[in-house]
Amino acid sequence: MSKINRYKKDFPIFKNIPNLVYLDSTASSLKPRAMIEKAQEYYQNYSANIFRGLYPISEKATQEYEKTREAVADFIGATRPEEVVFTRNATESLNLLAYSLICGRLKKDDEIVVSVMEHHANFVPWQQLARKKGLKFRVIDIDDQGYLKEPLKSINRKTKILALAHVSNVLGTINPIKEIARKARQISPGILIVIDGAQAVPHLKVDVKDLNCDFLAFSAHKMLGPTGVGVLWGKKNLLDNLTPFNYGGEMIKEVHLNRSTFEASPYRFEAGTPDIAGVIAFRATIDYLKRVGLDKIRQHELRLTSFALERLKEEFGDEMKILGPQKAKDRGGVLAFVFKDYHSHDVAQILADQNICIRAGHHCAMPLHQRLGLASTSRASFYLYNDEKDVEKLIKGLKKIDKILGGTRHE
Amino acid sequence: MSSIYQEIILEHWKRPHNYGRIKSPSKKTSVHNPSCGDRLKLEILFNRGKVKEAKFTGQGCAISQASASLLTDHVKGKKAADLEKINQKTIIKLLGVEIGPARQRCALLSLEALKKIIEK
Ligand SMILES: Cc1ncc(COP(=O)(O)O)c(C=O)c1O
Repeated sequence: MSKINRYKKDFPIFKNIPNLVYLDSTASSLKPRAMIEKAQEYYQNYSANIFRGLYPISEKATQEYEKTREAVADFIGATRPEEVVFTRNATESLNLLAYSLICGRLKKDDEIVVSVMEHHANFVPWQQLARKKGLKFRVIDIDDQGYLKEPLKSINRKTKILALAHVSNVLGTINPIKEIARKARQISPGILIVIDGAQAVPHLKVDVKDLNCDFLAFSAHKMLGPTGVGVLWGKKNLLDNLTPFNYGGEMIKEVHLNRSTFEASPYRFEAGTPDIAGVIAFRATIDYLKRVGLDKIRQHELRLTSFALERLKEEFGDEMKILGPQKAKDRGGVLAFVFKDYHSHDVAQILADQNICIRAGHHCAMPLHQRLGLASTSRASFYLYNDEKDVEKLIKGLKKIDKILGGTRHE
Repeated sequence: MSSIYQEIILEHWKRPHNYGRIKSPSKKTSVHNPSCGDRLKLEILFNRGKVKEAKFTGQGCAISQASASLLTDHVKGKKAADLEKINQKTIIKLLGVEIGPARQRCALLSLEALKKIIEK
């Protein structure tokens, strides 16, 4: 790995805060200059609403907005841009889907399957949907190493929805989605496979055709994009048959006094004025990621994760428990850990005092923490702008925690 | 950058006062902060309308533990009616440092327990 990280210079925040050690990209990533400038371009040159004006700047804004849809479709290997619905974030994408499925399709005796490693965003909407419709809600367990435990055992002919994270935001586990999807369809031909790609799409090459899933949700802000933009991708015929989630402008075909008809997807799900600047700027992000190359990003994170696993073990041995698969190749660049018996709040706070940003708590994965018998964990995560120096600073920071809080405690 | 891990907090974290149980407390309660998993049990023994003993057990970060240690010291000998006057400011004063918004709940967990006991 090169000593100086060549991507750092693309992120203005490192110029403004030169000693920033940012290890929380799982929560939200930093933003490249190209994206920031693209948002500014919209605000300065064609800041009009989309689809409404017949005048040039509105047409330009509409064009740019739709170009992002094409770029996103291409980025995830989708056949058609109309399969890409813009939302506010992955959470809204998943809620939209769960809500739309309430109205139709599902009937009593149907079953929904999720896993215990899900983020609340891909857990609670399904749990609530199951409760409202009186459906069976099954939760796939994990094994001792943090892999899904016999996922297919939870699936039977009654399973109508399987909602799984591609990459866990705590364990880092990369789930074998393609294989699970293929086998799940054999067991239950009518199943809908919903993938929470919030931690996968930013870091791995995700191809919806290759995975053969039905829906994929992710957030722009976790992949170097703006906040306020999420994506729900779905197969066209499925999207067109879903009930709209929001009613209002832009999604309507005709409104009469006592009835309305709705546009086809994606517009039937994009009621009201969206985050136009965000969506437009998101294309610059996708172009940037493509320029760097997702394979390169994955290789970089894989090397860094291996390095971190090794160095942390070397320095702290058993005093540092890292959750999830111990083989770097089976995980994303997410390291949730418990350091001695220090509380994650203390760990994160003392690191914060040294300008090292990590996350503390349950990371919106309470069922997983309950499963592991942990109240909270600390989490460091990597992206392309991190390097070995960040890992060394983290280690130095952790040693300082020991210096401050260490020694015997007398209760 | 100033740290909240100053002497008072560290001292009470490493050697918490009043950690343990009371044999037959007049009142007891437990509180929980699900966002970080902190748990606190607070027990108080009143004698002639005054706090004779106050003890706590539980797990949590240094801030929540230190605040429980300090608060249990603080309430000893106080009349029941005076306990109601204890508020956020009291805790911050006891801790001796400003607590940022992200850690307020940690610092105030022991106060939450005390309020719950008073209401009982
Ligand atoms: C796996 C996973 N799913 C869903 C989400 C929700 O993302 P957002 O808050 O952008 O909606 C996150 C973010 O933390 C996540 O890590």
